[in-house]
Amino acid sequence: MSVRTVSQLQKGEKAVIRSFTDRVMSLKLLEMGCVPGCEVRLDAVAPLGDPICINVGGCYSLSLRLNEASTIEIE
Amino acid sequence: MKQENIKIALVGNPNAGKSTLFNALTGLRQKTGNFPGVTVEKKSGTFRLAGSNGSSDRDVTVVDLPGTYSVYPKSADEGVVMDILANPKHPDYPAAVVVVVDASNLQRNLLLFTEISDLGIPTILALNMLDVAASMKLTVNAVQLAMQLNVPVVKINARTSEGIPNLQQAIRQVVEQTEKPEQKYFYVPKGNEPALIEEVKELHKLDNDYVALQYVCQHDNFSFLAQPVRAKLDSLIEKYEFDETGFLADETIARYKTIKPIVEKSVKSEGATEQPLWTRKLDKILLHPLWGYVTFALILMVIFQAIFAWASYPMDWLDENTASFISWVKEVLPKGVLNDLITDGVLAGIGGVIIFIPQIAILFGLVSVLEESGYMARVMVIMDKVMRRFGLNGRSVVPLISGVACAVPAIMTTRSISSRHERLLTILVTPIMSCSARLPIYSILIALIIPSTKVFGIFNMQGLVLFGLYFLGLAGALASAWILSLFIKRTEPGYFMLEMPTYKVPRWGHVGFMMYDSVKSFVLEAGKVILAISIVLWVLSSYGPGDHMEVAEQQAVSAMPQAPEEEVAAAVASARLESSYAGNFGRFIEPVIRPLGYDWKIGIALLASFAAREVFVGTMATIYSISGDSEDVLTVKERLVKEKNDHGGPMYTPAVCYSLLIFYVFAMMCMSTIAVVYRETHGWKWPLIQLGYLMVLAYVSAFSVYQLMS
Repeated sequence: MSVRTVSQLQKGEKAVIRSFTDRVMSLKLLEMGCVPGCEVRLDAVAPLGDPICINVGGCYSLSLRLNEASTIEIE
Repeated sequence: MKQENIKIALVGNPNAGKSTLFNALTGLRQKTGNFPGVTVEKKSGTFRLAGSNGSSDRDVTVVDLPGTYSVYPKSADEGVVMDILANPKHPDYPAAVVVVVDASNLQRNLLLFTEISDLGIPTILALNMLDVAASMKLTVNAVQLAMQLNVPVVKINARTSEGIPNLQQAIRQVVEQTEKPEQKYFYVPKGNEPALIEEVKELHKLDNDYVALQYVCQHDNFSFLAQPVRAKLDSLIEKYEFDETGFLADETIARYKTIKPIVEKSVKSEGATEQPLWTRKLDKILLHPLWGYVTFALILMVIFQAIFAWASYPMDWLDENTASFISWVKEVLPKGVLNDLITDGVLAGIGGVIIFIPQIAILFGLVSVLEESGYMARVMVIMDKVMRRFGLNGRSVVPLISGVACAVPAIMTTRSISSRHERLLTILVTPIMSCSARLPIYSILIALIIPSTKVFGIFNMQGLVLFGLYFLGLAGALASAWILSLFIKRTEPGYFMLEMPTYKVPRWGHVGFMMYDSVKSFVLEAGKVILAISIVLWVLSSYGPGDHMEVAEQQAVSAMPQAPEEEVAAAVASARLESSYAGNFGRFIEPVIRPLGYDWKIGIALLASFAAREVFVGTMATIYSISGDSEDVLTVKERLVKEKNDHGGPMYTPAVCYSLLIFYVFAMMCMSTIAVVYRETHGWKWPLIQLGYLMVLAYVSAFSVYQLMS
């Protein structure tokens, strides 16, 4: 099975961040608190399916585009 | 001994309560450098620090730096933070930094704190939003945190001003300490980084490792470094084979590794943490596929209703009072050239600005309520995909909405858009949104050609046409963005990534301050332009080359010997105007605007309104030589109805009026906007391109409308 990313999460589903696929994007995600090992949960999807809102580590809600979310690999 | 003023800076993540703390510290003793928007322009303020142990009171200047997640900037406004903190010669370089931290999200907030602390500037940690943390069943041990971080930690509640005196005392202690306590570094350079750091420190006489690393990583963002210095740093990067992106990721991960045990030691959590319940519940509605858009549409309707219906009462009141004030001044002052200049030129012009105050205040009040409540972030989310179709960003929604009041503050709010490409597009199209200065032009022309009849029993026909013009502005802005995005090469992928703040009740005092501040800046900035234009215009239309005006006057008098005095006077004024400098100029450009259906008189008004659109109606009033109150739209309207064209028919046919309306929807007739685009894009290239394409668009559209309708 191929590696799943945050963009493939179902609503309400939880996952743990494993790694990033894009170096530049990973930097921004790290600064926003998306650290490998951190738990995320898909909270909401914008009406047109993109962007999505994820809960980061139970702390706060982060909104990001699907192409940004697809650079976060999860397990 | 007189002690000098202490400077401190506030730094923190967006939504950590930094601006609230700034207001709590300084109260109303603050000033913004420029037009406020919802954006974080550099704000500064002062407070008085009470003396202790026999020392005297001292004044402290606080600079509120833009909110940022790290010292590495992602957008134009975030760049300001390090441009100041890495440059001790900067006038705003602080003696101490207060890092405001959201206690409910400590780990992420501490990333910025450790970076700032490593810069070697004395740092204080203000622990905010403990109440939010408590509602998430988190308890933070401030003493433990202070021991771990080796800096003073002060518990505050910025919204209720709790803990502010303690913070002030901590600031005093930090800036007055004679011996600097041992610095704790949260990042230890590794590999060949120390060698590179040593060389940079040597070269630039720096004493801090992390500042040296910042020179390496972001020297292109530092305004205080000259080009040769940057080139030298680039060659050092090459020499040490320093990989910037890799370093930044490694550094950030290393910092989180240091932070993790600190957070574990100082934060106690009872059960799983979760965002407040009502934020989750509200998000279910406001991000809903249907209700999300319905709510947004309703809110937009309320904003429009407020700007156009509710604002009309104070506007009418202001209008009447400025009009009677001007006629009072006209009576009191001795008759003559000076009287005319002051009343017809200066006061009439200023009156035209003052009338917009209610609209500007209401719009900025409402926008700041949306910002404060946390709703604006949701709007960006639901609009992002739509906006992206046109090459824009969800964040472009705020400038576009603000553009309905005034493009100048709207363009300043684009600073929060981190992608240069999306930001530029937003700047280029925002002026097409119909700003409040177009409203008087729309009103008078619509009143001229559209009957005030009801459609379907509820809608006023004039109102529908007005709405149509606003819609045309929005459609024009989006279409232009799409077309421009085909020509302007994208240099980097656009990105969104936005923190969704929890919903909060707006701080009404802050909303009030935003309204006051936006009105103040608007009156000062726009007032200056209009003042200058009205004086210049008055001079140009009151004087002419040689004795042309006298000759024209005599001809006008002798042409109508039997006419009543009033008509003669009107004819004389009209003849004088035609032979004045302004009249000559209008005649000169007439061939260009003829295809749009305009004559030389409209030409003068067009030229004058190049400075600011709101000048148009006032100029028409002056040109059509109306005595008395030049701001009275009805009088102008009556005069326009009577105006004849060269063939004896009415001048203001529907074709001409629609042509003018369309012209003003698109034309970039505003010097302040050109100036702000120049400032925001750092050069003349983009304002000139923008001026050019909007003029062509306006001309072609007006031409098509006129030719099709006549």
